[in-house]
Amino acid sequence: MLGYLFEALTPFNLMLAFMGVVAGVTIGAMPGLTATMAVAVLTPLTFTMEPASALIMLAAIYMGGIYGGCFAAVLLNTPGTPSSIATTFDGYPMAKRGDGALALSLATMASVVGGVVGVAMLLLVAPPLAKVALAFGPVEYFWLAVLGLTLVASLSEGSLLKGIMGACFGLLISFVGSAVIGGDLRFTFGNPTLTGGINIVVALIGLFCIPVVLDLVTTPDPHLEFSEDKHRGFRLMEAVRQMFGQKLNLVRSSAIGAFVGALPAAGGAIASLIAYSEARRSSKRSAHFGKGEPGGIVASEAANNATVGGGFIPTLVLGIPGTPPDAIILGALLVHGIRIGPSLFTEHSAIVYTFIFGLLIASLLMLPIGLFLGRYAFRGFVAIPKALLVPGILLMTILGTYAINNNLTEVFIMLALGVVGWVLARAGFSPAPIVLGVVLGQIAEQGFVQAWLIGTASDNLLGMYFGRPISLVILTLIVLSLGYPLLSSRLKGKLVQGSD
Amino acid sequence: MKTSNVIKTVGASLVLGLTLGAPSAQAEYPEKDVTYIIPFNPGGESDVTARLQEPPFKEITGKGFVFQYKTGAGGATGWSQLNQLPADGYTIMGFNLPHVILQPMGGNVGYKTEDLEIVYIFQLTPYSLNVPANSPYKTLEDYIDHAKKNPGAITVGGVGTNSAPHAAQTKFDHEAGIKTSYIPFTGTSASTAALLGNQIQAQWSFITVGVEQGDNVRMLAVAMDERHPLFPDVPTFKEKGIELSDGARRGVLVPKDTPEDIKKKLSDIMAQINKNEDFVKKMEEGGYVLIDVPYDEADEYMEGLSEDYQEVGRLLGLVK
Repeated sequence: MLGYLFEALTPFNLMLAFMGVVAGVTIGAMPGLTATMAVAVLTPLTFTMEPASALIMLAAIYMGGIYGGCFAAVLLNTPGTPSSIATTFDGYPMAKRGDGALALSLATMASVVGGVVGVAMLLLVAPPLAKVALAFGPVEYFWLAVLGLTLVASLSEGSLLKGIMGACFGLLISFVGSAVIGGDLRFTFGNPTLTGGINIVVALIGLFCIPVVLDLVTTPDPHLEFSEDKHRGFRLMEAVRQMFGQKLNLVRSSAIGAFVGALPAAGGAIASLIAYSEARRSSKRSAHFGKGEPGGIVASEAANNATVGGGFIPTLVLGIPGTPPDAIILGALLVHGIRIGPSLFTEHSAIVYTFIFGLLIASLLMLPIGLFLGRYAFRGFVAIPKALLVPGILLMTILGTYAINNNLTEVFIMLALGVVGWVLARAGFSPAPIVLGVVLGQIAEQGFVQAWLIGTASDNLLGMYFGRPISLVILTLIVLSLGYPLLSSRLKGKLVQGSD
Repeated sequence: MKTSNVIKTVGASLVLGLTLGAPSAQAEYPEKDVTYIIPFNPGGESDVTARLQEPPFKEITGKGFVFQYKTGAGGATGWSQLNQLPADGYTIMGFNLPHVILQPMGGNVGYKTEDLEIVYIFQLTPYSLNVPANSPYKTLEDYIDHAKKNPGAITVGGVGTNSAPHAAQTKFDHEAGIKTSYIPFTGTSASTAALLGNQIQAQWSFITVGVEQGDNVRMLAVAMDERHPLFPDVPTFKEKGIELSDGARRGVLVPKDTPEDIKKKLSDIMAQINKNEDFVKKMEEGGYVLIDVPYDEADEYMEGLSEDYQEVGRLLGLVK
């Protein structure tokens, strides 16, 4: 096996991995351009290469792309890719506080650890993990989506009602278009663009980025600035110290990321949301989450990069893509004439192992590349005058939205959602619950309806939803996740009373 | 520069440009890369079969494809936007049957079957009824027997609603006189994952899944006229007395107003691609069956198919 490590370390492959990570990070950092898009667009470049080299480049782009999303999340409160939604919760508040460089360093290191853990799981426990992943049926996906939605409760402490309303609004947005099951058209108003529904990325950019832009325009303060008393470097030592304090969080979040990534069709977004939710629930500083707590960034970024390695588990073992970029990479393999499916490991083990080590190298490469970029990113970003920043961001969001489907209507939808999001933000509704609804709505609906159909066919509806072992575990987590904020405020109340 | 000099320069360039440009109007199509729009997700079968066409296309024309994706509504998002795209011959779009016949039957999906201008139909992926390797159903008869004794109890998955697999399930159930419960999924991978995990008991899909999954799935039967060379042990539905010899077909569309000679040229190029040895080998190894319906035969072919699918549409409840 180790022989393949040296295969992966050839200068050509190293260069490909390096270029791939840089390309991926750049694309992932821009709101509107996702890791999936990066892989899809750059795949044809690899058709002339050897399969192993092509795979290494694509994996590097993918890994870099997922990591790159943290830049926009921290600097613009906009997830660069849907996998970085949870990074905005604490990344942006930290940036507003002047700790943006620290946030980026933390995100980088967490991404590297997460990436490595994901690859390790791919290397060591792929076949058994693939079997476990198959045991997740529609019901389990439904409960996982609900678990993600319970994050709404934690995120909207202070006004649970507004959080729930926001999540419901997000769910409504996810219903637009043709129904996942049944195909009937909903809320399309006869417009052919809307038959495809409102794209998640469109909603993300609209709800997160446009309000930031509008705020920039309506307030005289600069966007971000350094806090005066903190050192202006990239605060590496401080970040490393923080990381050591987050060991448990790192391991747990990476494990969650790798596992959720291994579930077919569940990707970085759900993984990072669940990891964030769990990190918050089990942290001693849970009240600080959402206000600029390093643990939140670590959880989100470790989880989302772990999904890269984790996602390849069902992809390589079963030929079933774990995440959307995996589907593209599978397609690229087919074009190279490599048969995908369970025979991949046995017939082409050389290519597979070289590729896995290539993933490892790409994860490690993120460290120097990320720290280098991060150092200049925050400093450079802070220095841009608002007069340039606002039109620049606006241009980027419009181009990014247009790049998704070459569709102008989607740009208008994005802007409309953005204005709605800004108005709602002023009324005290934060964008996070809304986006949660949008991201998780389809998964929840699909899982629910499919479970319903299967349950009805086997005359066992109740048992379907509540009787399966894995569902029960998830249900327990849901109850804990919902109950904890209530319990903790009750306990705090009691303590206060007790001390009187 | 003096004005008269400017005018002379501009005039000379114009003349030069026109003389250089004029021959290119009669030059060979294609002169640049062609944009190939796929109305499904990257990595899926529609994407892969289109990408496999690129190397032979490059060999024949010297130009390549630029792939774009317009996903949504089971392909309808792309097909409903087809005729608004530039009709200069440099934009083509993939399409699938029976999707484009069944979808408009069901209501307003943004396009009608007649709106779509077909240049070539190049591929057929026959249906297969799959069960997991550890399933109690060893033969097609087992499956039908169990369904007869327990109507609606067998859960069988497929991609989409009113789609190819749904049509197959409907037709088969009708012909066999049974009732099974169809569970829609968003993609072949999703339904295959559910099958392998025993979340559903059977799957209406294509031979390609059987090729991919090898020993993990058992194909109870395939919808072909004769047994597939890769699977000599798998019977056809015909042998078992069920008239089901069909599958999903894939082809290429152009916007309606594309010039006639370009449509014919494209049709010829597609025919040549279908004879390219490398392409044929890769497709057949994947379980795809190549067919040839060129531009001038497309209308008649579609009419024949539409008649067949009317019956299916009635069964699905799309047509009263």
